[in-house]
Amino acid sequence: MNTKVTLCGLELDNPVIPASGTFGFGAEFAALYDINILGTFSFKGTTREPRFGNPTPRIAECPAGMLNAVGLQNPGIDHVLAHELPEMKRYFHKPVMANVSGFSVEDYVEVCRRLDSQEQVGWLEVNVSCPNVHGGGMSFGTDPASAGAVTKAVKAVTTKPVIVKLSPNVTDIAAIARACEENGADGISLINTVLGMRIDLNRRRPLLANTTGGMSGPAIFPLAVRMVYQVYEAVSIPIVGMGGVSSARDVLELMLAGATAVEVGAANLTDPFACKKIIEELPSLMAQYHIENLSDIIGGAHHG
Amino acid sequence: MKQGIFTIVENQALTSSVYSMVLEGCTSEIKNPGQFVEVSIPGRFLRRPISVCRWAEGRLTLIYKVVGQGTADLSAMAPGQTLDLLTGLGNGYDLSPAGDAPLLLGGGVGVPPLFGLCEALVAQGKRPHVILGFNTKEEIFYEAEFRALGVPVTVTTADGSYGIKGFVTDAMDLPYTYFYACGPLPMLRAIDRAAKTPGQFSMEERMGCGFGACMGCTIQTKAGPRRVCKDGPVFYREEVTL
Repeated sequence: MNTKVTLCGLELDNPVIPASGTFGFGAEFAALYDINILGTFSFKGTTREPRFGNPTPRIAECPAGMLNAVGLQNPGIDHVLAHELPEMKRYFHKPVMANVSGFSVEDYVEVCRRLDSQEQVGWLEVNVSCPNVHGGGMSFGTDPASAGAVTKAVKAVTTKPVIVKLSPNVTDIAAIARACEENGADGISLINTVLGMRIDLNRRRPLLANTTGGMSGPAIFPLAVRMVYQVYEAVSIPIVGMGGVSSARDVLELMLAGATAVEVGAANLTDPFACKKIIEELPSLMAQYHIENLSDIIGGAHHG
Repeated sequence: MKQGIFTIVENQALTSSVYSMVLEGCTSEIKNPGQFVEVSIPGRFLRRPISVCRWAEGRLTLIYKVVGQGTADLSAMAPGQTLDLLTGLGNGYDLSPAGDAPLLLGGGVGVPPLFGLCEALVAQGKRPHVILGFNTKEEIFYEAEFRALGVPVTVTTADGSYGIKGFVTDAMDLPYTYFYACGPLPMLRAIDRAAKTPGQFSMEERMGCGFGACMGCTIQTKAGPRRVCKDGPVFYREEVTL
């Protein structure tokens, strides 16, 4: 039984990757289990400058999921390089996925350029899809030309594989994925959260201080399956699938839709052992479905 | 932090909306009063953070208010049913600066974690004074339990239907060596204006994970952004800008 997959030239022991924003820089989870069992993890979205993020409340619940409007709180690239990455060396010994966000093309370029020299970083996941910030984030990922421009600019300053993280809040995700591929992206990850909103009946006001937030959790899983399936048909670069994944079954399903690897997000927040359980579940589930090599099923739902 | 399955032993209404739930399970991760647990409620996606009122080996008491559908579900659960809890969350109170006669100030559902604190202080030979604030007489709970610890208790009600009319700050004019406060933000602000000593505030925020991963409950402090769930929920008075 072989759970290994190869993502943009780097081998993963298994396709399970905690998603950015649900795993910090790994320390909280490393205190609970050996996180080296993971394929890798995508660390907290990092920007050029430190960011406090949005005011609270930042979190709301919905049926089978949640909304967040954290707004890219992070300590900034200087702090990540000086403190988080050296600290991470103590508990994570695999290449890590660096998640990058920005408010201008120059922001993305600067953060990617500085991460390029970091040996610990295996992939750059360029987030052009954060729905919770204004004047950046998602605005780059909702238009093929902007997404392509960011991709091209960051590719020029790094030799590391660039995976562009796309938003589901678009009319034609295939066109945006193609624009990224045409501009040199090594991979596509999707989906970021789905823009949503709740209203507090007592206050008769939006529940989140940011008014809207990004929806995640099992409720959005079918949407993720559909979009991964569509993007698989549109591009030939690898896809990292995510959106409501909470079991090994979901991992297989997204891989059949076209994902080479799978990120797990909200599930980590309700069950800190979610990724560990999924990894442990995989072999028996593979046996059940007569899968010898997990990589054989990538895009399997498209054939025949 | 530890994940564990707990069995409900008791789930009783203390007032029309506040319940006391006694659970049996492993409490080894609970180190300090003021820490909290995250309760997974069947059918609800997010866990609910609830402060620990008191605990002993293999047993803990949670006091919670029904504020939405999740806590309403919780209030309908019966002894014998089980719940999945994350325990040992948050920092809890620092007892070391308390001095001989600390003041404990609790408002509404901010009262429960002060009970465990009061027990611990009494066990250390301190003489805490407790001030409990409620809106009205019908909402009062745990006055007798605090008195049973042998400490002086003052109750205030906003409408004057019981005890001193007003807020906890209207009963603060007494000597004390330190303070511990838990309650709604307006109460904490009033205490911050009135208090004559250093102290600690227990903060409340809507949480995502409860263990420091999601940045859902971050507040700005004088030392920068801090997670209420992991860096708190207890903060020193000098750290926070209320």
